Amino acid sequence: MKQIKVLGTGCRSCQLLVDMIAETAKGKCISIELEKVEDIQEILRYGIMSTPGVVLDGEVVHSGGMPAKSTIESWLQ
Amino acid sequence: MPESVENNAGVPPMHVLTHMHSRHPFVFLLSAGLLWTLVYSNLPSAAGALTAALPLNPSGHLAEAIRFLLYEAPKVLMLLTAVVMVMGMINSWFTPEKTRSLLAGRHEGVGSAMAATLGIVTPFCSCSAVPLFIGFVQAGVPLGVTFSFLIAAPMVNEVALTLLFALLGWKVALLYLGLGLSIAIVAGWVIGRLHMEAYLEDWVRNMARVDPGYVPEKLGMAERLNAGFKAVKEIVGRVWPYVVAGVAIGAGIHGYVPQDFMAGLMGSESSWWSVPASVLIGVPMYSNAAGIIPIVEALLDKGAALGTVLAFMMSVIALSLPELVILRKVLKMRLIAVFVGIVASGILLVGYVFNAVL
Repeated sequence: MKQIKVLGTGCRSCQLLVDMIAETAKGKCISIELEKVEDIQEILRYGIMSTPGVVLDGEVVHSGGMPAKSTIESWLQ
Repeated sequence: MPESVENNAGVPPMHVLTHMHSRHPFVFLLSAGLLWTLVYSNLPSAAGALTAALPLNPSGHLAEAIRFLLYEAPKVLMLLTAVVMVMGMINSWFTPEKTRSLLAGRHEGVGSAMAATLGIVTPFCSCSAVPLFIGFVQAGVPLGVTFSFLIAAPMVNEVALTLLFALLGWKVALLYLGLGLSIAIVAGWVIGRLHMEAYLEDWVRNMARVDPGYVPEKLGMAERLNAGFKAVKEIVGRVWPYVVAGVAIGAGIHGYVPQDFMAGLMGSESSWWSVPASVLIGVPMYSNAAGIIPIVEALLDKGAALGTVLAFMMSVIALSLPELVILRKVLKMRLIAVFVGIVASGILLVGYVFNAVL
């Protein structure tokens, strides 16, 4: 099972991104482990400089702004 | 949520255009630019004709307010779209990581000037202020230089400058640009001189240093165009209701509120306390440039003094309570107080100087 973490201190786009990933996974009937990381020190451990960030199976795949829907789909493949 | 899903779906009539921009990005830019200029230059006559077609007394307050709204709202939105599009493309060259590698190891004076200038072209959102701050400090960017960036990035941005240009003319926009950069540079320099590194939170100081090395992404023109489209969708998509609402409020004041009222409150005849009062009102307010500028225009239109109004606008945009709350996670109270104090003094000075000179 894919493990996805969304890194963000609680801005609007961060929550939006969590919902979008959850919805995309649900639409494709893929079960994922989705976690939202809000603790600033933990976020910084991944070395990103803009939020929201996305960590896929331990690797940073996105940082800053909303990714395209097709990008989210490619993570779930 | 449903809104953003809809936005991602391709709109059929746009299909031909989107095809064209990925194949011939330069042809697309040129023709889009020409079309834009054609529509933009015909806006005043179109607004006049539309208003004249309405069954209203053409010299009445209502007709004047409607003409103002029909002309200003499309004008501001078109300018905003064009500038955000171009800035979105420029932003794709200046990621936060690249800016950091440009600033790492710079000396304070030059570094602050560079940081403030880079603050204009680097994409920044106040919810990213902390990761960005830490990223800079970790890579060895001096504290003062980091602050110069942090002050300039939200205050001197393309949305604020475009709106000032669209509504108040290029002189005011240029003045705002110069003064905003000066405040950011001087405030950063002062914070650097004060050697306040001890007032970073302990865990920030104890963090490991990182190498600011940076490998640029190779992007083609078509990808940069896409970055521009994305910026337009995100920024204009978010701020257009504020712009329209702001212009509508402006239209309301334009037609109705008596000149003496505003002039008495914020005008050049008012007393010395009007500048500090505007800053005090401005700091707790949280708005982006798009929300505040049409109101600024309306205030000026009714005789409020330029310095007082600019000070108000700067304090709303540059110092916001939510950003300070976020920054408290990495800065001790004393450093936050110094930051607010220096920036607020800079804004006060700008207000007084403008009022005195103009």
